[in-house]
Amino acid sequence: MEYTILLLILPFLSFLLLGLTGTEFKPKTAGLIGTAVLGIVTLLAYITAVLYFSRERGADGTFQTLIPFNATWLPFTETLKIEMGILLDPISVMMLVVISTVSLMVHIYSFGYMNGEKGFQRYYAFLSLFTMSMLGLVVATNIFQMYVFWELVGVSSYLLIGFYYTKPAAIAASKKAFIVTRFADLGFLIGILIYGYVTGTFSFGPQQQVLAAAGSLLSLALGLMFVGGAGKSAMFPLHIWLPDAMEGPTPVSALIHAATMVVAGVYLVARMFPLFIGYAPETLHVVAYVGAFTALYAAIVACVQTDIKRVLAFSTISQIGFMMVALGVCTSNDPHAGGLGYMASMFHLFTHAMFKALLFLGAGAIIHAVHSNEMMNMGGLRKFMPVTHITFLIACLSIAGIPPFSGFFSKDEILTACFRYSPFMGVLMTFIAGLTAFYMFRLYYNIFWGKPYEVSEDSSHMPHEAPKSMTFPLIFLAALTCVAGFIPFGRFISSNGESYTIHLSIPVALTSICVAVVAILIATFMYKGATQPVADKLAARFNGLHRAAYKRFYIDEVYQFITHKIIFRCISTPIAWFDRHVIDGFMNSLAWVTNMTSMSIRGLQSGNVQQYTIVFLGGTLLLVLILLLV
Amino acid sequence: MDYSQFLYMRPELSLIAIIVVLFIYDLFSGEKARGYLQPLTCLLLFAHILLNLFPTGDNINAFGGMYQSQPMIAWVKTILSIGTLIAVMQSNVWLKREDTHHKQGEFYTLTLFTLLGMFFMMSSGHFLLFVIGLELASIPMACLVAFDKYKHHSAEAGAKYILSAMFSSGLMLYGISFLYGTTGTLYFADVASRLNASPLQLMALVFFFAGLAFKISLVPFHLWTADVYEGAPTNVTAYLSVISKGAAAFTLLVIFIKVFAPMITAWQEMLFWVIIASITIANLFAIRQQNIKRFFAFSSISQAGYLMLGTIGGNAIGMTSMVFYILVYMIANLAVFGVISIIEQRTDGKVNISDYNGLYKTNPKLTLVMTLALFSLAGIPPFAGFFSKFFIFMSAFSAGFKVLVFIALINTVISLYYYLLVVKAMYINPNEQPVATFKSDAYTRLSLVLCTLGIVLLGIASGVYDSINAFSFGI
Repeated sequence: MEYTILLLILPFLSFLLLGLTGTEFKPKTAGLIGTAVLGIVTLLAYITAVLYFSRERGADGTFQTLIPFNATWLPFTETLKIEMGILLDPISVMMLVVISTVSLMVHIYSFGYMNGEKGFQRYYAFLSLFTMSMLGLVVATNIFQMYVFWELVGVSSYLLIGFYYTKPAAIAASKKAFIVTRFADLGFLIGILIYGYVTGTFSFGPQQQVLAAAGSLLSLALGLMFVGGAGKSAMFPLHIWLPDAMEGPTPVSALIHAATMVVAGVYLVARMFPLFIGYAPETLHVVAYVGAFTALYAAIVACVQTDIKRVLAFSTISQIGFMMVALGVCTSNDPHAGGLGYMASMFHLFTHAMFKALLFLGAGAIIHAVHSNEMMNMGGLRKFMPVTHITFLIACLSIAGIPPFSGFFSKDEILTACFRYSPFMGVLMTFIAGLTAFYMFRLYYNIFWGKPYEVSEDSSHMPHEAPKSMTFPLIFLAALTCVAGFIPFGRFISSNGESYTIHLSIPVALTSICVAVVAILIATFMYKGATQPVADKLAARFNGLHRAAYKRFYIDEVYQFITHKIIFRCISTPIAWFDRHVIDGFMNSLAWVTNMTSMSIRGLQSGNVQQYTIVFLGGTLLLVLILLLV
Repeated sequence: MDYSQFLYMRPELSLIAIIVVLFIYDLFSGEKARGYLQPLTCLLLFAHILLNLFPTGDNINAFGGMYQSQPMIAWVKTILSIGTLIAVMQSNVWLKREDTHHKQGEFYTLTLFTLLGMFFMMSSGHFLLFVIGLELASIPMACLVAFDKYKHHSAEAGAKYILSAMFSSGLMLYGISFLYGTTGTLYFADVASRLNASPLQLMALVFFFAGLAFKISLVPFHLWTADVYEGAPTNVTAYLSVISKGAAAFTLLVIFIKVFAPMITAWQEMLFWVIIASITIANLFAIRQQNIKRFFAFSSISQAGYLMLGTIGGNAIGMTSMVFYILVYMIANLAVFGVISIIEQRTDGKVNISDYNGLYKTNPKLTLVMTLALFSLAGIPPFAGFFSKFFIFMSAFSAGFKVLVFIALINTVISLYYYLLVVKAMYINPNEQPVATFKSDAYTRLSLVLCTLGIVLLGIASGVYDSINAFSFGI
């Protein structure tokens, strides 16, 4: 399967072509080039998946890990070296399919959405760069390659969030996203270095005895890596960048901030899962609690946001929390006894990517039609945008956990895994699932039902359905959402690699369906009507809580206080003074001395050949003297 | 006599063949056919490079030890051939000018003759062949420097070059005669076994070193450099500053290892002072230059000082890092001179740094190439120059020259300052009448693209360094 290297090379070439010479093309042509390249990549990814999963299983019942390509880039010692290659195993192949599918849909969708935008070519160049980096991340053969592409993903995310670079909010958001994730990546990097130090290699599977001897340093390394993962995956308290990242174009939010990049942290934990489970189970449980808290926090905040993209952003944070929890509650490698969460997490990652991308693309279509992100500017849109309405509803049902949509199946597995771990975790996650159903339908009713749509003064036309290039991805993803749940996911991916047959746990499934239905009914009762008396009354009654949740529990303000009031004032200002006066002063005096010396010796270069010869001879004799005397 | 030994000299033979072909073509071609000289030369040189990519053998020792070659030497020959090809491509516009058009054939043959001389110089196993190679590299070079002979500057530079070269050759031959007197032979291997570091031999070492240091333009043998670089046609300057310098530096290292190995402490002591003087003094002069060609003359002197950091250890890692340094420096400097020459041609001879003010507004792509090349010369990551500097510092450091590396590091800071002066001129300094926008010809453009790729990729592709390292040898 050497051809898999093309998965990285093709998007990179497309990035180079569009990035360097993009403006020479017409916008349409540039978009077509990007989309065509991605079409090929998607095809390759599908072929890879089919070929890979149709291979014979090994003697131990697992799919063999393949490394079709691996080049040593920087060797440090025999074992400690940085390699660049392609690694195919069940989770990386699954991620290839997810990334390329969503990316292709976003490429197509952007034709309609970004039509006529300035910098259309640049946009497609960045999309190619992102796709290349994300694919490189998932097929990394070692932790360092993963880190390299991890940073590339961060850069392309930064570029795309700040795509509207004339908008101050977008610039601020891109910087915030970059700084926060970079800050977390510092943990990741230190983790990698410790890992390399204790195991003597950067590869994912060091030898058993090395690991056994590593002890607590290994737990520390894995914990620090999780910090990096928490940054990318927007876990509390590093989640603050994700809601702001919604300043980017909506298709970008669908691709990067819903389906692919933000699950990189989950993928990282899954990639290091054998080490977590074998040598640092406590760290894994920390992951579970961080994930659960994040899921709860984000779900509460999502209930009161009024910007539809922010609601979706918090919903994403909450769902990634679910995935982290599922990984964290694993207690063993065996899917039948405590390892179920691994499969559940990957399954949810898969289904979530589809329906969350669908939700974002739907939101994009709505924003495209009404030119606003705010709920109050919407309402009654179901008559104007039937396709968007139906697909959005499917996604809402899926995320709420209603069968037969895909979200039901994966969430059910997560809840089962949680109940196996501890009843408390199970109940908590079921409650959060209920909250999810509630806020999603609050969003749904506010957009498509409620008060009839009023045309505001500045926009003269009624909202209308999006163009074909935008509705096609919606329909495609909606179809996937309908059928993805029936994929026998455990056959492909499970914690120990053996085939595992998913069977629904009836009590858990029934409870979660009931909770979801009740939550949807409450949402219907509160938000379906033209006026929302109950909701308003509740908001007035619990004014403090409502305000706090609306302000996201003031986490941003806390950061603001810490950075501006404490770090800037007490640490940065003195350092700046030292830099400006002491260090610059030293450098300036150095420059002054250099200049003066330079002035004083210029007579040496007179232009006179006779003098040159004298210097030549003098220098030679001086060297002879030095050698003879020393 | 075993005539098959000639086959060992494949690089030299193919070069001679090219020279002969070009010479005959130039002699018999009419006015119109002469226009094809440029593509023909490029094509032949390209074939020559390809031909010599095939390995010749591990340790060649032909004609009773007169001619020697190792894979490493073959590598350097290939690198220099690539550099020559790029330099030839860049001289396209200049050679199409009215006053040079009729003699462009001479340019190619002269250039290739100097390259041939350098090849013999590198592959020599006897001082006789070495001196012949050196002279073959020097005398046509003087003709090249004076190529625009009706221009006062060019003629003056040619005269200065040939006078200085004569003086240094004389001194060097004097040194070699001491060697002969004390050892009774001129074969490298025999001389090496009979060295005992007597005062006369120390003197011979310094005199010999002076001869090559003149070509590398190390302080205090550098005074000709600025005048010649300024006066010579820019494309010749480019060739002179990278190919000639690189070949001489590599030859010096090879001969130090092959011949003067027993006197290692002596030449390390000597190089120590010469390196400090070269880097520091050249930097101090570079800061004050207004003329961009003079500016890069001093820059090249300080770069030569850095090159010697690879020599001073006398070990294999030093050789690797030095060859890598030559490659990276060659690419960056050719990019610089490519830009300088194209601007000089298009503006009727604007070569002051102030002429570059505001270049970014009118010629952004050229400015970018120049900027990348300057960054590489200054050693800013992630460009190739950073890696080459890093490796060469590492090699000197591991050989124990910690103070020297420290001084070199301080000097890199100074060099960063003056390289950025040019960058500042191009991007920031205001200018009412910047150089007008123009489109460069295909040859120059291709050569600049090649250079840019090299600047960006050579450092990142670790395979290049590794494959050079595989052939390296030390004392």
